[in-house]
Amino acid sequence: MPAGSDFRALERQNRRDTVVLVGAFIIVFLLIGAAFDFFAGTLRFQQGHLYGAPIFMGLALIFALVQSTVSYFGGAPLILRSVHGQPLTPDTPKHQMVLNVIQEMAVAARLPVPKAYFIPDSAPNAFATGRNPEHSVICVTQGLIDNMDREELQGVIGHEMSHIADYDIRTMMMVAVLVGGIAMLSDFMIRASFFSSMDRDSDRRDNGIAAIVMIVLAVLAPMLSQLIAMAVSREREYLADASAVEFTRNPRALLRALQRIAETESPLKEGVRGTAHLFIVNPLAANADDEGGFFANLFSTHPPLRKRIERLQAMLGAPTAATPASDRA
Amino acid sequence: MTILLIVIGALAVFVIAAYNSLVSAKNQVDNSWRQIDVQLKRRHDLIPNLVEAVKGYMNFERDTLTQVVEARSRAVSAPDQASRMAAENQITAGMGKLLAVMENYPQLKSDQSVMQLQEELTTTENQIAFSRQAYNDAVLSLNTRTEKFPGNIIATNFGFKGAEYFKAAPEDQAVPKVDLGLTPRA
Repeated sequence: MPAGSDFRALERQNRRDTVVLVGAFIIVFLLIGAAFDFFAGTLRFQQGHLYGAPIFMGLALIFALVQSTVSYFGGAPLILRSVHGQPLTPDTPKHQMVLNVIQEMAVAARLPVPKAYFIPDSAPNAFATGRNPEHSVICVTQGLIDNMDREELQGVIGHEMSHIADYDIRTMMMVAVLVGGIAMLSDFMIRASFFSSMDRDSDRRDNGIAAIVMIVLAVLAPMLSQLIAMAVSREREYLADASAVEFTRNPRALLRALQRIAETESPLKEGVRGTAHLFIVNPLAANADDEGGFFANLFSTHPPLRKRIERLQAMLGAPTAATPASDRA
Repeated sequence: MTILLIVIGALAVFVIAAYNSLVSAKNQVDNSWRQIDVQLKRRHDLIPNLVEAVKGYMNFERDTLTQVVEARSRAVSAPDQASRMAAENQITAGMGKLLAVMENYPQLKSDQSVMQLQEELTTTENQIAFSRQAYNDAVLSLNTRTEKFPGNIIATNFGFKGAEYFKAAPEDQAVPKVDLGLTPRA
């Protein structure tokens, strides 16, 4: 099984995706900055010529560059703080077990052992993040720790370990932090345009168009970024499920874990809207097995749990796929 | 003359590249063996604790326990790698059995320190199994390089030898299922 080369191909793709993502992010910010320049009058378009200095574009560029750098190096701690993650220590036997399972899966995936965190929330869920395997973090909820047995935990951690192995964590982390940045800025813009509309001069008629563009952008930007976040994450879940089977050499492990999660109907309580795509199952759905037709699926960060369970069951049915390289030697 | 120089140069580049890739394949094997070794040593250290923990239970799998202890001393004093691996495989087989049987002893399961020992043994067994696969993959890659033409010429000339696989014992083909239901089910 050419697992190593698969991971390397995915890693390359993720490196590309991250560059494209950061590029798109910077362009969106430049456009928003330009809209601001026209609106504020620092940049004017008269008789076919541009006048003024693009002050806001410059500021937007600096902001985008700083934001990207901060996201890349400090994204994981930011995300952990926003979901109220705490370092996982071997203070209880179950916590010790989780640490052991993380170490086992790191051995199976041939990766450095990720740092372990937990969220004191009763909904069973987990995610991994970081900029590369050397700086990776696995975060599980207390609900996952309480509800899973050892085998099921292996399945979940194996799934997260595969996100780490193929650098999904980097792309997903950048999506989480940059999307958060866009949402923040567009909120700010909607407020700014609301206040400035009260003292608008009539001689700024051309700038009215810019204002409309700006408002459209302000509304579109978070939607667009949300769509990106969803599109990039759904395919990855199937891939990570398959890799989890390979790492644990046990398709039942993750299958049973997902089935158990499907039985519980508890969304995470706080701070996950911008980070939903990081988790192993959608933390926002009231029922993790939600299926709402085509449109709902388009806006969902995760494939329906039922489909993932079906695929894993198919692997169980085909023993050749279910017993990977373990006995090759 | 120029052509000769080019041929010699190309040959030198090839030899250096082939040599270096053999070196890294060999280092990979050594490194993954060290990974297993850490886990095997840890298991050796845990066996006396296990013996101690089940001392009070006269009929607790006496034979298997004795086998494990004997295999341990054979592994420690093994003259070569092959016999050590054989001994370690016996420990693996015995350990799988012992961990599974512990389930039938409610008194053992109610003991907090025994539970901790059991978890430690389980994770060690799992890590041995997973790192054994990493080791075997590294051996496969090294052996292929030393056997395939033209790498085999370089390998023979510079004294590279293939490494030995860490084969699982026949009864241990599948990873032993050692989940003893540590989770109290609601």
